[in-house]
Amino acid sequence: MADAKVIPFDDDRSRSGAGRRRGALPGGGRVQGPSSAGPAPVSALPGGQVPEGAAEAAGAAQDGGKGPGSGWDRRIAGGLAFLRRRLTGDYDVDEFGYDEELTDQVLMSVLRPLADKYFRVEVKGIENIPSDGGALIVANHSGTLPLDGLMLQVAVHDNHPAERHLRLLAADLVFMLPVVNELARKAGHTLACAEDAERLLQAGEVVGVMPEGFKGIGKPFSERYKLQRFGRGGFVSTALRAGVPIVPCSIVGAEEIYPMIGNSKTLARVLGIPYFPVTPTFPWLGPLGMLPLPTKWTIQFGEPIPTDGYPPEAAEDPMLMFNLTDQVREQIQHTLYKLLVQRRSVFF
Amino acid sequence: MLVTGAARQLSGRFVRRIQRDPGVDRVIAVDAVSPGHQLGDAEFVLADIRQSAIARVLAEHSVDTVVHLDVSAKALGAGGRTTAKETNVIGTMQLLGACQKSPSVQRLVVKSSTSVYGSAPRDPAVFTETTPPKSLPSGGFAKDAVEVEGYVRGFARRRPDVAVCVLRFANILGPDPDSPLADYLALPVLPTVLGYDPRLQFVHEDDVVDVLEIAAREPRRGTLNSGTFNIAGDGVLLLSQCSRRLGRPTVPLLLPAVTWVGTALRTVGMTDFSPEQIRLLTHGRVVSTVQMRETLGFRPKFTTAGTFAEFARSRGPGLLPPERVGRAVGRLAELPMAGGPADTTHSTHGAR
Repeated sequence: MADAKVIPFDDDRSRSGAGRRRGALPGGGRVQGPSSAGPAPVSALPGGQVPEGAAEAAGAAQDGGKGPGSGWDRRIAGGLAFLRRRLTGDYDVDEFGYDEELTDQVLMSVLRPLADKYFRVEVKGIENIPSDGGALIVANHSGTLPLDGLMLQVAVHDNHPAERHLRLLAADLVFMLPVVNELARKAGHTLACAEDAERLLQAGEVVGVMPEGFKGIGKPFSERYKLQRFGRGGFVSTALRAGVPIVPCSIVGAEEIYPMIGNSKTLARVLGIPYFPVTPTFPWLGPLGMLPLPTKWTIQFGEPIPTDGYPPEAAEDPMLMFNLTDQVREQIQHTLYKLLVQRRSVFF
Repeated sequence: MLVTGAARQLSGRFVRRIQRDPGVDRVIAVDAVSPGHQLGDAEFVLADIRQSAIARVLAEHSVDTVVHLDVSAKALGAGGRTTAKETNVIGTMQLLGACQKSPSVQRLVVKSSTSVYGSAPRDPAVFTETTPPKSLPSGGFAKDAVEVEGYVRGFARRRPDVAVCVLRFANILGPDPDSPLADYLALPVLPTVLGYDPRLQFVHEDDVVDVLEIAAREPRRGTLNSGTFNIAGDGVLLLSQCSRRLGRPTVPLLLPAVTWVGTALRTVGMTDFSPEQIRLLTHGRVVSTVQMRETLGFRPKFTTAGTFAEFARSRGPGLLPPERVGRAVGRLAELPMAGGPADTTHSTHGAR
């Protein structure tokens, strides 16, 4: 039986759970409550949820009442198959270094509790992301550390009915840092340049970009939710050339995770990084100060802006580019204000 | 047809192959040292392409096609890097000068390398033939290849009647390869750069010989075989995957330490662990092969993974053969209770 290969390893049950929560909940009965979505899913396999997960994964309700024994067996078999593939190098990566298996089974499982439990990300308008074909998601950028990108990736994957993988475009600094670059490549991120973006979009991937870059993520707390300049609007011409829709995305909550009240320019220059954040807790409390504040997040995807109606030479028209860039920017900014008005408090 | 660098295994294979071609009358193989392998019916001329004597060889045999394969990272025999550089750069200059003077030459094929793109974190993930390198290779073979290509471009400008084909090969692997990366992969324990997992592409020797034949002949219908082409197998392997498939453990080292280890290894003559090699093993390099498929009309028989599997088979098992690892994992499953916790702790290792 080939099932052993497809039994998801770790926390897939919470992903499928998330997928089903939106839908009509097949099989009736045994629904995982949101509260069982898995504390620390990489290391711990709490016994209570195991039969549900295994039954769901196997797609058969036969062992629903057999108790935890058979569930454990399946999980172990799936885990060992995964382990064997990893240790013998028998898995595939794409030309960008994206390791889908590792991302789904391990990296997502690490990030998921952060998104579901810590920041309690609420996702709106997921239907604005097409189920197939390329799309360019343009989001605001904030929070001193690029956690918003990672949360966006989890949000798209877990909430979209087609479980689409978001391919983020990251700054070159990411690819210079050891360990970070390795993980970023494996998680499907690549360098924010027109060549890579176009290649991904033409391959029909959903690409995420945060055109504010360091200006957005490293802005002081007093300027929160004020969109910075959107670069030269290169993302618009890339979307135009690939003929994919632009999906504006507004992220609320990320601004307050590390309130940056100061910026030590000297230290930043010494370390060769664009800014050195000073928050009420960092660097005063050391590593403890690195803990983000548990704010409540909302991610809203807006109406897609189609780009396929333009002639091919339109991608070189600077006026059109500026207009479209402004349109995207305005839409994100408006949605941000709207979400902020609706928000009850920063933390709830 | 004249083939340079005939004393190398790869050129030898190409010489033996091309003389079976009915459209090729005569093959003249040239090198500065006598080859240790058979060249079939080809005529071997002992000549150093760094000397102007090569012009006489060209004129004497009224050569119409020149296949320049003597562009390599490693020198044959003793001599090391200086000889290799001289052969690459001065040899190419002399050969191109001779070709320019020879009216009979109609086709030139040059073996180059994808290392001309360099390897930097700011580079796009996939290089096409037109991608300008963000940082030019500072030295070593990559710089030679850049200079060789520069001379070839100059030659193409001065002799527009000659069809020039530059083939940029990814890392060539095969049963008997002589590239620095193959030497590196033959180390019992692979030193790697901590925190980096480069993407690598390989091309099989059989495919190299095939594509050289396509480039050296008249183009087939609907294809064009002059220009610059990236040649690589499909797909990508990460260095971590390579080491696991070979069964050779890795030792992640900090970047400066890798440089020291490289220098030490080079000093004892084990392998050419040059700075550009370290850059490749840090940032990796992937090239687009769309031009190779669509313009040149060549489809490699081996994928990157297939090439690597062949190479791994020819090398024999390493310290941790994948089969044994697989069996060990299987034994873990048989342990009654240890399976659960053990697999999760291990998977975080394997995941890296």
